[in-house]
Amino acid sequence: MNAHLRQLEDQSVYIFREAYKHFENLAMLWSMGKDSTVLLWLARKAFLGHVPFPLIHVDTSYKIPAMIEYRDRFAREWRLNLVIGQNTEALKNGMNPGLGRVECCTALKTNGLKNLLAEKGYTGVILGVRADEEGTRAKERYFSPRDKHGDWDFREQPPELWDQFKTAFPQGTHIRIHPLLDWTEINIWEYIKAENIPIIDLYFDKGEGTRYRSLGCAPCTFPIKSKAKNVDDIIEELRHTTVAERSGRAQDEGRGMELLRKDGYM
Amino acid sequence: MLSTLNTRAARAQEHLNIVIVGHVDHGKSTLLGRLFADTGSLPEGKLEKVRGICERQGKEFEYAFLFDAFLEEQEQGITIDTARTFFQWKDRQYIIIDAPGHKEFLKNMISGAARAEAALLLIDAQEGVKEQSKKHGYLLSLLGVRQVAVVVNKMDLVGYRQDVFEAIEKEYRAFLTQLKVSPERFVPVSAKLGENIATRSRVMPWYTGPTVLDTLGLFRKETEREHQPLRFPVQDVYKFDARRILAGRIAAGLVKVGDRLVFSPSNKTANVKSIEAFNVEPVPTQAKAGQSTGITLDEQIFVERGEIASYPDAAPLVSTVFRCNLFWMGRRPLETGKRYALRLATREVECEVETIHRIIDAGDLDARQTQTTVGKNEVAELTIRTKLPLAFDLYSDFEATGRFVLVDQYDVSGGGIITESVRDAQTVLREEARRRDIAWVKGDVGPDDRARHYGHRAALILLTGGPPSDKSFLARRLEVRLVADSRHTYLLDGGNLRRGLDTDLAEEDGAEMVRRFGEVARLLIDTGLIVVSTTNTFGRIDHQAIQTLVHPTPVVTVHLSKTQETSPPSTDLAFAGPKDFETIVDRIIAELKQRGVLAQAIGAKQQFHYSI
Repeated sequence: MNAHLRQLEDQSVYIFREAYKHFENLAMLWSMGKDSTVLLWLARKAFLGHVPFPLIHVDTSYKIPAMIEYRDRFAREWRLNLVIGQNTEALKNGMNPGLGRVECCTALKTNGLKNLLAEKGYTGVILGVRADEEGTRAKERYFSPRDKHGDWDFREQPPELWDQFKTAFPQGTHIRIHPLLDWTEINIWEYIKAENIPIIDLYFDKGEGTRYRSLGCAPCTFPIKSKAKNVDDIIEELRHTTVAERSGRAQDEGRGMELLRKDGYM
Repeated sequence: MLSTLNTRAARAQEHLNIVIVGHVDHGKSTLLGRLFADTGSLPEGKLEKVRGICERQGKEFEYAFLFDAFLEEQEQGITIDTARTFFQWKDRQYIIIDAPGHKEFLKNMISGAARAEAALLLIDAQEGVKEQSKKHGYLLSLLGVRQVAVVVNKMDLVGYRQDVFEAIEKEYRAFLTQLKVSPERFVPVSAKLGENIATRSRVMPWYTGPTVLDTLGLFRKETEREHQPLRFPVQDVYKFDARRILAGRIAAGLVKVGDRLVFSPSNKTANVKSIEAFNVEPVPTQAKAGQSTGITLDEQIFVERGEIASYPDAAPLVSTVFRCNLFWMGRRPLETGKRYALRLATREVECEVETIHRIIDAGDLDARQTQTTVGKNEVAELTIRTKLPLAFDLYSDFEATGRFVLVDQYDVSGGGIITESVRDAQTVLREEARRRDIAWVKGDVGPDDRARHYGHRAALILLTGGPPSDKSFLARRLEVRLVADSRHTYLLDGGNLRRGLDTDLAEEDGAEMVRRFGEVARLLIDTGLIVVSTTNTFGRIDHQAIQTLVHPTPVVTVHLSKTQETSPPSTDLAFAGPKDFETIVDRIIAELKQRGVLAQAIGAKQQFHYSI
């Protein structure tokens, strides 16, 4: 493993351990994508093979089926405590991407998550967002407070220095924890290779000349043209590309992400 | 374009964190945008997309828009929060932190600069050196960013004049020299027009130094901290299985299997038995500075988060008083005498500001004289006193254990670097205790073994105040009750020592009597006893001395008084008026339970919240 990946791993592990020490009711989001799977692997690094908190999957019901199979398999193999959240009410009322992408994301993901947080009373939530994904995430903190409504006040972010994080918070609010903030897309793949992490095969071309570069809900995520068949091919491809990672994610259009994230989207 | 792609394909061998700082509107975001655009580093279509937005909104395109992500930032044309961007050039990957220059967002600038290894500080050629130019310069020095290059921007607005550039260089260099910061270089540029950003400017032939892009390449990678003596702050203790793993990140030096470690401030010692890791083959036998690791020890000593492990011959300082430089970013001003939480590495202790020596106005570095508060965005020189002994280093010796933050209620509100350890009343005894503990010859039975067999841990109960007869009676009752409950307890009366151990001492040798009493108590505690002591002749200072000598054993101080009076500081239990001694004994026993001395579960397996 190169020195930089090791540094990233050390920092992420430090953040995990701070989170575990300070939050009684801690949980981690797992979307089965490459980032949150690396996140899960780093948790096992931090706690020496254990994952001492539950993993949350906010199931919009629109996920690609292979993702659910993958989820259940590793939940079993790694003995994970999996908590599945779903905004059943919104789904019952017919929420779907056709009613507007931002509306659908807000109802099924943001509110699905908020409802689950409220129900379970989690005070710390670990997520795999990265600074290089899109503009507003570049401005995130490792420990990022959310108010009573789960909203993000980006004007008043806490200072973060010398590995001292915001771990004290008023009742009713919660903290989002971002151990992957400093990682880039290529770092994720290099780490997957270095640690030999089992990754879902939707990321690889299976002979059709396309693969997914970023995974979300089936209706709003599109494969890219690529002949990358394995992790090495992907790393090689990323070294040359000038196309943004989330170009296949519809929710990033316009100001979608800033609005979503301000209201508590991950 | 082809050459850019080739360089990007090269493997990044090294990573460097750079922060861009400077007064608001001096062009930081523009510089960053230009740097990316001129090196072909922007994602495909990004430039066109932002140009398109500008056209539709009928405003002039600015390179700054490429990175100001929040709508509000673009509307106001200022950066609100630090953004991190990744920039690859030659065999290095740069993480460039664009820090906001507006005074209102100083704490965001600090968050950005705190993680930087080098800084570009921008000054507007037309406006010259401004308030925030100086403040940022000062904060960089406080945050430990030693490599600074000054970029004089907007040279196009002053006709690319050499004399303007040189005047700014002269003024600002003089200012930085007072801070003991020596800037690497000054670079005249026009970020807007791309002069001296990625390519050498033809309109400023008088400047022959490096461009901004070259300057990045000239920054050096931070030197390794693994050659320093070991500093391993304990972050947590894990008991996922039979092993007890001390987890943490090594702040300096190297730890190897077999190393003898001392933990400060408890002075406990043990040897490293193993280095623990997940999915690492072969199993590591050492870990070095920067690594998050886990170790097990050859003895079951009780250490907690916050202690700093080191080699016995190069341990950190321990005191309750130190002098520091601190910047304050709290909503409310910092006040003397008010309680704050102090966090240094993984330790958190209560503290108060004892003295504000001076407020340093970074603008001109002159000092406003002594006062009792430090306002938002001010820098001050302080003396801080902690409630409990703190292990630390001077910032000039060790970065990570020489700096701390202050937490006001929920918020990290100040950051400081320790410049001087101040001797407190306990320094001499603390040093004696440390030398004695580190060299202490231990048997094969440790405190955990004794606790398991006895059903309790060792402790010292100090009875103070009130008429001697009351204390003496209470001490005897307490001893009887504890022993009746199968707790190994011993009444140590100060007078007994004077009639034996202290017969060589004269009345005026009070301090030596206290020292001997403390050492005797320490011995009894080491045998696993609960020591109850009435020290009639000793005063409050003496009680602190005894606590220092038995540290870190739990000490319960009980103060008796005839009338309601203020009990001495750090009294655990106070009783005034007529006494019901049995109730007092009950209260003391409850306190011992609460402190874990009489825990019911001693000897039982540790409970651990783990849900699989």
